[in-house]
Amino acid sequence: MAIGRNRWLPHVVLLLGVFIFAFPIYLAFVGSSHDASTIARGDMPLTIGPHLVENYQQALVSPVGTRVRATPALTMMRNSLYMALAIVVGKIAISLLSAFAVVFFEFPGRMFFFWMIFITLMLPVEVRMIPTYAVVSNLGMVDTFAGLTIPLIASATATLLFRQHFLTIPDELVDASQIDGAGAMRFFWSVLLPLSRNNVAALFVIMFIYGWNQYLWPLIVTTGRGRETIVIGIVRMIGTGEAQTDWQLIMAVAVLALLPPVAIIILMERWFVKGLVDAEK
Amino acid sequence: MRRRTIFRNKLLPYLLLIPQLAVTIIFFFYPAAQALYQSMLFEDPFGLRTQFIWFENFQTVLSSPLYLEAARVTLVFSVAVTLGAMAPALLLAVMADQVIRGAAGYRTLIVWPYAIAPAVAAVLMLFIFHPTIGQVGQGLRALGVPWDYRIHGGQALFLVIFVSAWKQVSYNFLFFLAGLQSIPKTIVEAAAIDGASPARRFWTVVFPLLSPTTFFLLVVNIIYAFFDTFGVIHAQTQGGPGRATTTLMYRLYRDGWVNLDLGGSSAQSVLLMTAVIALTVIQFRYIERRVHY
Repeated sequence: MAIGRNRWLPHVVLLLGVFIFAFPIYLAFVGSSHDASTIARGDMPLTIGPHLVENYQQALVSPVGTRVRATPALTMMRNSLYMALAIVVGKIAISLLSAFAVVFFEFPGRMFFFWMIFITLMLPVEVRMIPTYAVVSNLGMVDTFAGLTIPLIASATATLLFRQHFLTIPDELVDASQIDGAGAMRFFWSVLLPLSRNNVAALFVIMFIYGWNQYLWPLIVTTGRGRETIVIGIVRMIGTGEAQTDWQLIMAVAVLALLPPVAIIILMERWFVKGLVDAEK
Repeated sequence: MRRRTIFRNKLLPYLLLIPQLAVTIIFFFYPAAQALYQSMLFEDPFGLRTQFIWFENFQTVLSSPLYLEAARVTLVFSVAVTLGAMAPALLLAVMADQVIRGAAGYRTLIVWPYAIAPAVAAVLMLFIFHPTIGQVGQGLRALGVPWDYRIHGGQALFLVIFVSAWKQVSYNFLFFLAGLQSIPKTIVEAAAIDGASPARRFWTVVFPLLSPTTFFLLVVNIIYAFFDTFGVIHAQTQGGPGRATTTLMYRLYRDGWVNLDLGGSSAQSVLLMTAVIALTVIQFRYIERRVHY
C-alpha cells in the first residue's frame, strides 16, 4: 500500500534519530582520545586525537591523573561482571525451580506462594532501600559480594515468564516421561530445561543489562573501593564536574562501562527483543 | 490455569520453592513490613528513645514544604520524561514501520541505548552539556544562551529530563514498533481507499488500535521516571542547584541515607510503595479488560 507515501521522509527522520543516539557516544570516544588540557581549554575537535591508546591503557590499569584517582577500570569491570553474572544466574536458577513447582505440582498453598512471588513485581529495590540495608547490615553482609547480589536476585519477572512457558508444554510430554519412569527432577533436567533454552537466553540478556547497570544498591552497600562497580566508579570520578579534571580518563572509563552491555544487546538482539516483550506481558 | 498431568511428590514442591521464597521474605516482605512499622515510630536523634506515634510521621512528611516541593518537581519531571520518551519513540516507530528495506538495521541502531546505564548516560551528557568544555554547552553560549546548569535550576531540570528521556526512547520504540506491526495492514488500506489522508488514517485508525501499547508504556515510563532516573540525578546535579532537581526518590535518599531520618524516610518509602502498587494495579486491571474484548 504505497498510497501517498513519502519515500524519503522516513529515512530522514530515522537517520536523525540514529544521529541523536550515536552522537553523544561518538563524542565520548573522541574525548577519550585527547589529552586533558585540550579538553579543559574547550577546543576539542570532532575527530579522534593522538592519545587514544595511552588513555585506555591508563584507564584500565591505573587511572590516576592530575585531579582524578580512581580504581583501575579492569578491577571495576571485573566487579561489575561478577555482580551481573551472579544476579543473572541467581535469578534464572531460583525462578526456574519455583516456576517448576507452581506449574507441575499440586500442593496446599500453591496459589498463595505464587501470589507471594507475584506481588514482589511491584516493589523496586529503591523504595525499600533503607530497611533492606538494615537487614543486610544485621546479617553482617555490608560490603560483601553476597550483600551486593542476593537482595537483587528475587525476580517475579523471571518466574512469571517461565510459568507462562511451562504452561505451554504439552501434557503428552509429561505423560511420556512418566511412562518411561522418569521422576520429577529427571523430567526437569532432561525435558524441561532443554525446552526452555530460548527463554533462558532472552532472560540472560535483559537481566545481564539490569545487573551491570545497577546503581543505587551498590552505591549504598559497597563501601570499599576495591569492590566498586564501574557504574559507581565513573560517577565518583566526575566529582563536581569541573572543567579542569581528567576528562580523557573519565570518558575512557565511560566507554568501557557501556561497551559490554551494548555489545550484548547488539550481538543478541533477537533474544533481547523477545525477552523484553515477553517479560512485560 | 491447571495442568492435567502433574507429579505426585509431597515434599519436593516446597523444597523447590524455598530459595525464591527465602530471598523474597528476607529481602522483600520483611523490609517492607519494617518500613511500614518504622513509619509509625518516632526516634530521637541519638536513638535513645523510640515511641509509637501512629500517622504523625505521615502528617509531618505531607505538610513539609521540602516534601511538597519535591512532589512538584517529580510531577513536572515525570510528565516531561514520559512525554519526551514516548513522543519521539512513536514518531520513529511509525517511520520505521513504513520503511521496507533496512527496517531491521534501523531497529538495531535505535535500540542499543537501552543498554546504557542511566548514570553512565548522565556522565556522557555532562561532558557534552558542560558550559565551558562541552560541544553543546559551548554552542548554546555562542548563541547567547546563558547556559550553566550548575547555577540555573530550570536548566538543570531540563538537563536531567533530557538525559532520562533520551535513554528511554529505545525501549518505547521497540514496543511501539511491535504494536504497529501487529495492526493488520488491510484495516489501514481500507481507510486509505475511503480517501482518508495519511494523518487522518494515523489518528483515527492506527493510534486507537495502538492504545493498549500506549497505556502500558505510560505506566512503565512513569515508574521509570520515579525510580530508575535516580542515577541520572545523583550523577549530574545531586538534586541541585538548590532543590531544583530533587525528586521524591532523591528526597527519600537524602532523608534516609544522608540525613538518617528513619521515621520520616520510612513514611516516604511507604508513600512511594503505595504509588507504585496503585499504578501496577491500574495497569493489570486495564490489561485484563483488554483481554476480554
